[in-house]
Amino acid sequence: MLLSALKSSGPLRRAPAARCLSAWAQVEMGPPDAILGITEAYKRDGDARKINLGVGAYRTDAGKPYVLSSVAQAEQSILRQSLDKEYLPITGLAKFTSAAASLAYGGDALERVAVTQSISGTGALRIGGAFLERFHTGKAIYVPGPTWGNHGAVFRDCGLKVGQYRYFDPQTNGLNLGGMLEDIRALPKGSLVLLHACAHNPTGVDPSAAQWAEIQRVVEECEHVAFFDMAYQGFASGDVDRDASALRSFVAANRAPVLLAQSFAKNMGLYGERVGTFSVVGNDSAERDRLLSQVKILVRPMYSNPPVHGARIAGEVLSDPALRQMWLGEVREMAERIIRMRAALRGELEGLGSKKKWNHITDQIGMFCFTGLSPAQVDRLASEFHVYLTRDGRVSIAGITTGNVKYLAESIHNVTKD
Amino acid sequence: MCVPQAPADGILKLSVLSRADSHPAKVDLGVGAYRDNDGNPWVLPVVHEAERRLHSDPNFNHEYLGVGGLPALTSGAQKLIFGKDSPAQGRVYSMQTISGTGANMVAAVFLKQFKEPSDACVYISKPTWGNHRSIFETAGHKVLEYRYCNYETLKLDIDGMLDDMRAAPMGQIFVLHACAHNPTGIDPTEEQWREIAKVMKERGHFPFFDCAYQGFATGDVDSDAYAIRLFVAEGFELLVAQSFAKNMGLYGERTGCLHAVCQSPSVLPQVSSQLNRLSRATISTASAYGAKIAGTVLEDPELYGEWLMSMHDMSKRILAMRWLLKNKLVKLGTPGNWDHVTEQIGMFSFTGLTKKQVEALRTEYHMYMTDDGRISVAGLNTHNVDYVAESIDAVIRTVNV
Repeated sequence: MLLSALKSSGPLRRAPAARCLSAWAQVEMGPPDAILGITEAYKRDGDARKINLGVGAYRTDAGKPYVLSSVAQAEQSILRQSLDKEYLPITGLAKFTSAAASLAYGGDALERVAVTQSISGTGALRIGGAFLERFHTGKAIYVPGPTWGNHGAVFRDCGLKVGQYRYFDPQTNGLNLGGMLEDIRALPKGSLVLLHACAHNPTGVDPSAAQWAEIQRVVEECEHVAFFDMAYQGFASGDVDRDASALRSFVAANRAPVLLAQSFAKNMGLYGERVGTFSVVGNDSAERDRLLSQVKILVRPMYSNPPVHGARIAGEVLSDPALRQMWLGEVREMAERIIRMRAALRGELEGLGSKKKWNHITDQIGMFCFTGLSPAQVDRLASEFHVYLTRDGRVSIAGITTGNVKYLAESIHNVTKD
Repeated sequence: MCVPQAPADGILKLSVLSRADSHPAKVDLGVGAYRDNDGNPWVLPVVHEAERRLHSDPNFNHEYLGVGGLPALTSGAQKLIFGKDSPAQGRVYSMQTISGTGANMVAAVFLKQFKEPSDACVYISKPTWGNHRSIFETAGHKVLEYRYCNYETLKLDIDGMLDDMRAAPMGQIFVLHACAHNPTGIDPTEEQWREIAKVMKERGHFPFFDCAYQGFATGDVDSDAYAIRLFVAEGFELLVAQSFAKNMGLYGERTGCLHAVCQSPSVLPQVSSQLNRLSRATISTASAYGAKIAGTVLEDPELYGEWLMSMHDMSKRILAMRWLLKNKLVKLGTPGNWDHVTEQIGMFSFTGLTKKQVEALRTEYHMYMTDDGRISVAGLNTHNVDYVAESIDAVIRTVNV
């Protein structure tokens, strides 16, 4: 390159980069992924005491990934059947989608639910966003402040504007119900409202049943559309029906239109197999058919049809009575281990004589805890104590074990005691 | 929200009709999935073996893959497409996708967002896979067609193709089928590919290769990658959507990759970060199981060798069926020239049958193919090929245009 530069008539060119004729030369770096970046930093850390509280994947008390027995057995059963790998229909494996819809909605309303298999929860949100962009006039969706880091990206890429309604109260580390209701009421009539069905991510703050009733009333009065994101059914209280009660209440009332993004990543530990559903509740089965026909049109240019393996496993778990019972028990156990770790962390912190309030650790529910730690404190936890969490102070409780909870409490105490 | 009924997907409507037909002579020549000589789906032996290994591994789990996908898959897939000592080495970003469609989709969105000029159109072959137009239009592109199939001769209209490439404004995006063109089975020769590359370079066009049949066309993965490797050698930047649905029989596991060949390693960080960002906002991460199977096969020299043989066997059976069908049609004296049946390549053959003839085949002979006269040759076998030839012969003689 140097030689050819010398040979050219002008003075020496700057550098090979200046001669780069790539179509992508002006493309800017994409934003780093906050959540996945934590795992990378954790992997690079060589300290034996390191703790990863970043990604929301369940871990056993030994800190290991957990393949549920019900899932392993279902998988073995499927392998023994020596099935082929032919394409699924666009809307996926019917045995799975009908069982999944039944799990979410209970026995009711199923004949008017248009359900398709999706690429886990993210894929369901994407189908939903595309559906709403096409059929909803407002073209804007409102998410709680804060919400899962990927919601904004998914909906914006669908062409929707993304707004926010107040949700988390940093003063109380609890729900700002007044602010939430005010903001939802102030939205244009018929707006799209994204609601976390249970185990809010990242805060772990869920409305009580009474609070849900108020939220539902306002959503219905304002004729808004409720888009539920349910990624943790079973993981919040340990009871799948209880965790779906807000969703089912909206559907039973049949006043606000309801959409649902459902994930089996966490509650079945099927993370990487990308198992989920997207559904829209119609007025009747005729509308359900129309809705489904439109959903297929949206899905085909995205990925044609969904992955078969995870859906077969989930379908088997949900429809085999023994496996289903086993699964429900395992979900309960996972939820209970998380509840135990919450209590343990809070107990350790209070035992260390921390002056701060830590009741939110046990008040909050599900996989995550919004600790209230500042970005500076989070950075210190990483650099000085080898404890990794996202800079919004969100802790994945599943990363806590009886083996590390003491060290974790000490580390948190160290960065918060002054 | 007012949601009207949408039209049904043509190919899938066909398979619904076919499934509902219980006539013993029924022949399904619709969906493009490989079938063995008994008309059954075929799970490759190496796939079975890979699955056995995965399930014997005590560390097997269902954890998330990284956003870029399974490294065993993406690096193996890269080597497969570009060859072991590719000049593109070190300047390709390979990302796992939901099979070929997913790769097409991410590429379409990426091109819409970043390809200059911003009003560059996407040109697809006339005809092409039914989903191409939909994918690119959904991503916001204006989609135009370039001439491809000469409907008289059922051969490549190379002059029309090159003329359309020359006539297009500079810097447009062209969707090219790497091999085994779907739906026609008509592939450019190596010399024609060189002509295509020359014109595309002159006009500064951007190549997007859809590679769903590597190994299925000639039976040799390197020969089938000729066009892509030619363009790489000619210094093009390009995108490749790669599918393992057909050549590894992984269909429903949705295993594929998108490869971005860049002019220089210096742009890889931004290209990879933007592709990752797009993928994160559509699926978060790709599906693990099929990737682990494919990764196992690609990384193990013995399994890889066996896989190459299986692909060779599949393409050999398809070629044998082409010859059986053609010979039978010739023997029957069926009006028309049937050379295209054996000259076309890959899973599909554009028979030249008209819509009315296709309908007659369906209603009177229980034979299912798409309205454009495309047959999936994999649906032929030694048990049904005579019946197929006789039925085609009958409708050609009785159903006019």
